[in-house]
Amino acid sequence: MPIVNMTYREAVRATLVDEIERDANVFLMGEDIGRYQGTFRVTQGLFEQFKEKRVLDTPITEPGIVGIATGAAMTGLRPVVEMMTMSFSILALDQIINHAAKIHYMTGGQAKCPLVIRGPGGAANQLSAQHSHSMEGWYAHCPGLKVVAPAFPEDAAGLLRAAIRDDNPVIFTENPGVYTVKGDINTDDKDFVIPFGKAKVVREGKDITLIAYSRMVHVCLHAAELLEKDGLSVEVVDVRCLKPLDTETLYNSVRKTHRAVVVYEDWKSGSFGAEIAARIAEECFDDLDAPVGRVGGLNVPMPYSRVLELQCIPNEQDVINCVHKIG
Amino acid sequence: MAKQANLENTEQPAHMETLYRQMVQIRHFENKCNQVYRMGKAGGYLHVYIGMEATAVGWLNCIKHGWDYVITAYRDHAQPLILGSDPMKLMAEIMGRQDGYSNGKGGSMHIYDIERGFFGGWGIVGGHTPIGAGLAFGSKYKGEDRVTLNFLGDGAANAGVFFETLNMAALWDLPCIFIIENNEFAMGTRIEYHAADTELHKRGFPFGMKHERVDGMDLVQVMKDAKRIVDYVRKEQKPYLVEVMNYRFAGHGAADNDQSLYRTPEELEHAKLRDPIKLFEKYLLDNNLMTQEKMEAIDNEIEQDIERIYEEADASPHPPIEDVYSHVYTDMEPEMGH
Repeated sequence: MPIVNMTYREAVRATLVDEIERDANVFLMGEDIGRYQGTFRVTQGLFEQFKEKRVLDTPITEPGIVGIATGAAMTGLRPVVEMMTMSFSILALDQIINHAAKIHYMTGGQAKCPLVIRGPGGAANQLSAQHSHSMEGWYAHCPGLKVVAPAFPEDAAGLLRAAIRDDNPVIFTENPGVYTVKGDINTDDKDFVIPFGKAKVVREGKDITLIAYSRMVHVCLHAAELLEKDGLSVEVVDVRCLKPLDTETLYNSVRKTHRAVVVYEDWKSGSFGAEIAARIAEECFDDLDAPVGRVGGLNVPMPYSRVLELQCIPNEQDVINCVHKIG
Repeated sequence: MAKQANLENTEQPAHMETLYRQMVQIRHFENKCNQVYRMGKAGGYLHVYIGMEATAVGWLNCIKHGWDYVITAYRDHAQPLILGSDPMKLMAEIMGRQDGYSNGKGGSMHIYDIERGFFGGWGIVGGHTPIGAGLAFGSKYKGEDRVTLNFLGDGAANAGVFFETLNMAALWDLPCIFIIENNEFAMGTRIEYHAADTELHKRGFPFGMKHERVDGMDLVQVMKDAKRIVDYVRKEQKPYLVEVMNYRFAGHGAADNDQSLYRTPEELEHAKLRDPIKLFEKYLLDNNLMTQEKMEAIDNEIEQDIERIYEEADASPHPPIEDVYSHVYTDMEPEMGH
């Protein structure tokens, strides 16, 4: 078996290649994804390999792009739309939430919308207030959408393959901070699919559970190492998929450790992390030895200054502080 | 008033009867819908096609049923009727019943009959226009020769997403006909108060798209234009923008109960001089294609038929409560409970 060590970015790209080759109905569309090779270079080389029909450059008009992809999906195609950043998907909210997410329901099951919208979501490096949004919580709020936010290359490959093969609209968010994370991928397994709705315990521990998705999983893993030096045994659960949400894996971990901190990059207030905290409080109240802790992004627009930006994004010390705070 | 057009002599009386039946069926169906709404048997928003019948009948009779695609906004009862959808299932949907096309989950604004190529049924002004272009994108991608009729109102012709869609449709040569039904009102706002240039067909010009303004009231003329344009788009596989001039005899929706806010009774009466059904009746009589007696018989027959359809729809049960969770996703149920 050829196990290849590759970056998250390469894993996404390799999966796109596999799926384009497997299914003639799969095609990519988005801004600068073809001739320009993709703003974050995820689609590098694909235009040359597959030509315009399968890798389509679009105008910079997100509502129109998503709308056309939605119509194409209703005819049986499987469009994979790249958002240059998920921040720009805000322009397409009407198409995503008012249209794509409602099609199967409004038609009473007559029509399907097998659409994937993927792209970098969250802060990168000084992209400031309009390019740094974490949108996954907005989408996970909306029935009819599935939402995934993988943290590792292998999960990105398995979940993206699942997304492309899914008959529902799927939001697939890639934090720019994880594009360079490396991992092993079995490139021979062209059907490697990770089913949605399966969280993963990525580090076992017995004293406290840290719950996160996407880049914050890496922050939590690092925080767990530091906390271990203080004598705390920390479990880390990677949510991986916000919708459907695997609550059982979360609850089982909390029932074991009796403490939980939810960590997310999105604004702290009203986010999906708050939803997870509420669920644990509802379902695991008797198992908890402390209130559920939350570490989220500061409730401010993302500032440009690197110093201020770093202040906004949760880091290891913020996680450690919260762990100590809940006691 | 425009001079009435003539179809070629090759038109068969049987075909003329089909067209006439469709026109009359829409009128009676929509009148019944208004009545059903007033009776409290339909809720929400409901928009009827009264006065605009010749547009949908003309255009939809120039496409291949079950092959070509049709999409429109929320004034969406006429199109499925013409495509052969079951009027009972249509009425049941409007009444929110289990036997409706979407089992009561769509309602008047969200009618779909995908099998017959009718893709809805959308409630956000302008929002469906890229989806219609996407249907054309899908057929072109697969190398099929389908044509998509993408209906929108004059109000939607101002929406940003519509301009984005026109650009992409022209950029990628999508076989999509954008049919702006200019009935002179965006809800209750007259066109000169909502459009900087009221010649809406010009919306196609900046994108290098063929565009023209045509009549939407005289069915015979509508069909001549529709056939020519549909044939062009099918053959050339390029988009086309048509502004169809018609007029809404009814209010914007069934809940629009004060039309004096935007038009006078005299204006409405004047518009009714070109009632599309009356114009077509005159054509049929003048050309000895149908007798007055026959028309009256058809009219009575359809009126009674619509009553029967309503009764049947009204006998359909409300959807079962547990159905609220089905069809959120194709393969799983959403999280349950309040």
